[in-house]
Amino acid sequence: MTSMAGAAPPGEVAGAREKKGHVSDRTKAENRLGWKLVAPAVVLMLIVTAYPMIQALYLSLFRYRLTTPEDKGFVGLSNYWVILSDSLWWQDVWNTLFIMVVTVAVELVIGFAFAMVMHRVIFARGAIRTAILIPYGIITVVSAFSWQFAFSLNNGYVNSWFHWLPLIDQDTNWFGSHWYAMFAICVSEIWKTTPFMALLLLAGLSQISEDMLEAAKVDGATWWQRLYKVILPNMRAAIMVAVLFRALDAFRIFDNIYIMTRGAVDTGSVSILTQAQVIQQFQLGLGSAMSVLLFLSVLLIAFILVKLFRVDLASARGEG
Amino acid sequence: MRSKLSPGSVVGLLVVLIWCLLPIAWIISLSMKPVAETTAGSPQFLPKTWTIDNYKTILKDDDFLHALVNSFGIGIISTFFAVIFATLCAYAIARLDFKGKRVVLSIALAIAMFPVVSLVGPLFNLWRNLHLFNTWPGLIIPYMSFTLPLAIWTLSAFFREIPWEMEQAAQVDGATAWQAFRKVIVPLAAPGVFTAAILTFFFAWNEFVLAISLTSTTSARTVPAQLAFFVGPDQFNPPSSTLAAASVVVTVPIIIIVLLFQRKIVAGLTSGAVKG
Repeated sequence: MTSMAGAAPPGEVAGAREKKGHVSDRTKAENRLGWKLVAPAVVLMLIVTAYPMIQALYLSLFRYRLTTPEDKGFVGLSNYWVILSDSLWWQDVWNTLFIMVVTVAVELVIGFAFAMVMHRVIFARGAIRTAILIPYGIITVVSAFSWQFAFSLNNGYVNSWFHWLPLIDQDTNWFGSHWYAMFAICVSEIWKTTPFMALLLLAGLSQISEDMLEAAKVDGATWWQRLYKVILPNMRAAIMVAVLFRALDAFRIFDNIYIMTRGAVDTGSVSILTQAQVIQQFQLGLGSAMSVLLFLSVLLIAFILVKLFRVDLASARGEG
Repeated sequence: MRSKLSPGSVVGLLVVLIWCLLPIAWIISLSMKPVAETTAGSPQFLPKTWTIDNYKTILKDDDFLHALVNSFGIGIISTFFAVIFATLCAYAIARLDFKGKRVVLSIALAIAMFPVVSLVGPLFNLWRNLHLFNTWPGLIIPYMSFTLPLAIWTLSAFFREIPWEMEQAAQVDGATAWQAFRKVIVPLAAPGVFTAAILTFFFAWNEFVLAISLTSTTSARTVPAQLAFFVGPDQFNPPSSTLAAASVVVTVPIIIIVLLFQRKIVAGLTSGAVKG
């Protein structure tokens, strides 16, 4: 028996040893090399996020305004109390959640329709791909300007094209009242980010086998039945990844609002409010507390969505 | 399922094209309207009289030209370094078996979802102390960090598809290790690296929150921030046609990149995104 074990190929012997719990030199070397290669990226990612977040956590406990630095003093959790008892904060929280839910829902429908078109069309594929990538690649600020001018009272085409619709007149002032302005902001956000949604959904759509759809068709399933019973269940992972990423992205909305209204007529988002506290008001203490609250909100939303979808993102991305 | 030129798919195609291109057509049309026409109010889609004066104005504007230089410089430098770090990291993730691989991926995922605005306060404070406020590195460092996750994912998905045995096969055939790497692996990996570079550059070109918060003059202000600050001579009537011309100018690079590399960008955006 012993002679037979000695005759076994070296690879198998090494494998057997590892199973017993001994870490081979090769494994150790691979571990070391692995960490050497990932270290620069990991350090860079943590230096810019983890360290400043710890600093924000610390500063959020102080009364600290840059214009009056000598007045800095420890105040405990009172910054958080000031924010959470302020109606402006809650107004902006609701605005942000409203924009997040509305834009992601609309984008899911339009994005799915686009993905279907891109999946079906076999001519002009290059043209359609180019067209859909332009909103994706364009600067959000430019998108915001384009839509702001489109909705503008003096220079926009929206009023003259759509004045026959209810609620729209030749002289509708889109940036003069809350819901009109929110609508314009949502349109710009949806236009800019639908391509991302469509492309992720297209990737999911192209993984559904034509045979399965063909089989359903032969069995007499209608178009709706095929959509609900075959296509959508098989796209679960793609839909979840798309929704998770877009929802967290929409929750951070800043550029569109900053350009279109700057938060006027109560259209601010939590990001707009936080940025204004630090950069315009120089309220580092209050601003830091808002940063911490914003960070916790994103964590909470991510947690809820992941739990809701019961999706393991790493495995959904093929990381095993 | 698939039919050539069915009426449904032609209509679908047209709807997608109009949806995507109408706002672009509008901003181009607006940029051709004379300033006088927009001040008086011109709600029609096309200009009454066409002009290229807005482009002349904007291309003579020093602040705008500075911003263009800043945007290109900051974008290219952050892309270059982010892609190098991401390539090393993705190689380790795709090829090596080491402890903590999942930790690295989780960190990348967390950074991808991180609310950038949360950093405005602490970075504003930190950068002032480190004299990085209103400098190129002050923007390049955070841009690198925030583009790393996307680059790492894209690249590790690409690298996983590469037939690495070919490297050994080449060595068996007599190539040196360096030759095998350069002649076999580099050509296979290059498209992935290139795609990651495009996506990274798009991020840096587009970024706005940090660009307005961590800069104060044109010495580091990038294009999106400069556009937001561009008010023109009359503060209460921003010159919409001039702004439109500036918007078109900064969109041209994006359109060129998209036209040349659309297939790669789509592959990069969707690779590794949906595999479950």
